[in-house]
Amino acid sequence: MKKYKFHLLALFATFMLLTSCGNNNGSKQSNGALNASAAEKVYVAPGEQDEYYAFLSGGYSGNLTVYGLPSGRMFKEIPVFSQFPTSGYGYSEETKPMLETSHGFIPWDDLHHPDISQTNGELDGRWIFVNGNNTPRIARVSLTTFETEEIIEIPNSAGNHSSSFITENTEYVVAGTRFSVPVPQRDMPISEYKSNFKGALSFINVDPEHGHMDIKFQLLMPGFNYDLSHPGRGKSHGWFFFTTYNTEEASTLLEVNASQNDKDFIAAVNWKKIEEYVNNGGGTKMPAKYAHNIYDESTHTGTTTMKNEVLTVNPIDVPGAVYFLPTPKSPHGCDVDPTGQYIIGNGKLSADLTVHSFDKMLEAIEGEKFDGEAYGIPILKFEDVLAGTVKSGGLGPLHTEFDDKGNAYTTFFISSEVVKWKLGTWEVIDRKPTYYSVGHLMIPGGNSRKPFGKYVVAMNKITKDRYLPTGPEMEHSAQIYDISGEKMELIYDFPTHGEPHYAAGCPASLLAPKSKKLYRLDENKHPYAVTSPDKARVERKGKEVHIYMSTIRSHFTPDNIEGIKVGDKVYFHITNHEQDFDVPHGFSILGQNTSELLIMPGQTKTSVWEPKQVGVWPFYCTDFCSALHQEMQGYVRVSPADSNIELSWSLGD
Amino acid sequence: MKAIHRIAMLITLSLFISCGGKEEKKKESIQIGKEPKVESIKVKEPESEEVPASKRITLENKGVGKIKNIELPATIDDAMAERGAELFKTNCTACHKIGKRFIGPSPSGIMKRRSPEWIMNMILDPQLMVEKDRCAKDLLIEFNGAAMANQNMTEEQAREILEYFRTL
Repeated sequence: MKKYKFHLLALFATFMLLTSCGNNNGSKQSNGALNASAAEKVYVAPGEQDEYYAFLSGGYSGNLTVYGLPSGRMFKEIPVFSQFPTSGYGYSEETKPMLETSHGFIPWDDLHHPDISQTNGELDGRWIFVNGNNTPRIARVSLTTFETEEIIEIPNSAGNHSSSFITENTEYVVAGTRFSVPVPQRDMPISEYKSNFKGALSFINVDPEHGHMDIKFQLLMPGFNYDLSHPGRGKSHGWFFFTTYNTEEASTLLEVNASQNDKDFIAAVNWKKIEEYVNNGGGTKMPAKYAHNIYDESTHTGTTTMKNEVLTVNPIDVPGAVYFLPTPKSPHGCDVDPTGQYIIGNGKLSADLTVHSFDKMLEAIEGEKFDGEAYGIPILKFEDVLAGTVKSGGLGPLHTEFDDKGNAYTTFFISSEVVKWKLGTWEVIDRKPTYYSVGHLMIPGGNSRKPFGKYVVAMNKITKDRYLPTGPEMEHSAQIYDISGEKMELIYDFPTHGEPHYAAGCPASLLAPKSKKLYRLDENKHPYAVTSPDKARVERKGKEVHIYMSTIRSHFTPDNIEGIKVGDKVYFHITNHEQDFDVPHGFSILGQNTSELLIMPGQTKTSVWEPKQVGVWPFYCTDFCSALHQEMQGYVRVSPADSNIELSWSLGD
Repeated sequence: MKAIHRIAMLITLSLFISCGGKEEKKKESIQIGKEPKVESIKVKEPESEEVPASKRITLENKGVGKIKNIELPATIDDAMAERGAELFKTNCTACHKIGKRFIGPSPSGIMKRRSPEWIMNMILDPQLMVEKDRCAKDLLIEFNGAAMANQNMTEEQAREILEYFRTL
């Protein structure tokens, strides 16, 4: 804590200095000050800490990366949807269940949109939710352990893209489908897509205490593509907004065929109304197979439950629950300003931004000013709901975030720039180039009621010449802009891992003080844990051998094991007896067909080894743990399948 | 095997002696669970004429850390000692065995060698002790540089372990 305060003070002092310099120089103070030293603004001196956390999605890495702002330093990669040999996630017996789905074990996904949990529309720093795009899933990551705690699969969904955004008290995490598909899935001609396929928007309720997720209902919408979404907040709390494209309902050559209509829609969903309908017994239960995986921190183990039913709601059964807001040119990003009044649709084939007014939307609904309907869902008149248009002059607007001074910042993919504009007047205040082809951008808290408008991070799709070349494949590039002044200032470039699609950020002070340092050994409820070294042992159950092993600097107990035979299935259950911050131990054995384990203090993890060759095989600690790390090793003797060597184990004799 | 081991050690030893001028910390080979054969391979340390740290009596030394003064009642609190024994088993026995030298020294008879404050300070913050306390530093060297792990005990827990040590 002290460090943040110090840092803040230091920043404040710097700012004061800069301001006073500006005054001496005369009128253009903010510009002069901003140009003074970009380096100083991103410099976090050795031993000091960053002011903000930033969680960048890893896209096709399947994982979530943690960075510091303003330094752009990467602190951690949190494995979520992808196996991670670095720690053994998805390889250890305890974590394999996390990657189970109705399609079996899947070692990978495409992770897109992180969103931090909120209370009263403000970031509360309990969890961060992310979506798996390819095999639709939502994951919840703890912001005390920075580990994946839960993954729920979403049935009837495909290309889980308008996800995973949360309502302002984390009542729901919402997962919308990009592809419409037959619901339920069945064998049918693709050409019969139109009016037969459905788009499922899933509302997953979140237990306020444990964060556990459960699909409350799925709204089965017309077969459009549901691209992105954001919750209403403040006055519009209780509503959710989804951009759509392919209202043409094309199933082929979407590049052309989904770009025919001049306007697609933003779907406004009154989820409170549907919640009430469902609570009163509304909706239809439908068979659906999906996996629900929960990691228990006290047993250090994940378990999979296969579910077989989901509650679906047909929107026309709940009058007044869903409306379409016409929005030009295949809108992509769907963003709601901090007051909840404006809903911004970023028409990606347009130069302009369309801003809808929540108040005007309510009036139009009240006055029943409809412009027709689509599959029974009323379409509101474009002019009736329009608050304004931002004539940006850019091309290909994608996403918008907000600061705490009434400004919005929108990325333009085609013209590679971030444009700052004023909410209400719609005037463009500033524009700065990005390098190159920016996708998402992120301001900490920038899609909540309380943004921290100091930096914006632009996440680019194309890197080209920004760094030393590394062959045809390069990491993507991000840029940090200082947005504390009237004009934005590019202050730093940093490479990112995978392909960030969106990010979420928050003040370091929200998370750092409660970040877990170790797991308490006396709270370890793992069934194969050994809580004292005298319980370390080896047990045989037919061809299964269970090795209950403990570790502490710098030895394994036991470290000599004999009586293992070719054809055995050997489980190493390893408990790290350290109770000190940042002293993990690793484990690996020669010839093992899996990754290492990295075991945190007080934790138990299990690795399976099926020895195929006779011999004496070494194992060792893979994490440099102490001055005697190189001594942290042992041997397992593997005898022929028919040998009668007795099982034995020892340490030091 | 043993012969090879000894030869290797002799070579190590001679190497070590030949560069005796250096102040480098050299690890001795680990003799887990064996009767210490240390006499036969005594390494020349600068303070070799001194009593090894594990044998020294330093009852006046309270060590460095937050424990400044501990008054021990005349009788042992059995319940407390029992809790201490349990904590010791879980958190310490990986390195400390009753009645024999292991990764670290045996706690048997420790109350005759160290002050209660020193013991508790060592449990509560071994890193600080090794930095600031001469005896703790010498023990680290004597025990092959195997640094004692901080097991994040509370003061109360350390006190319970101390009570258990009184029963040994």
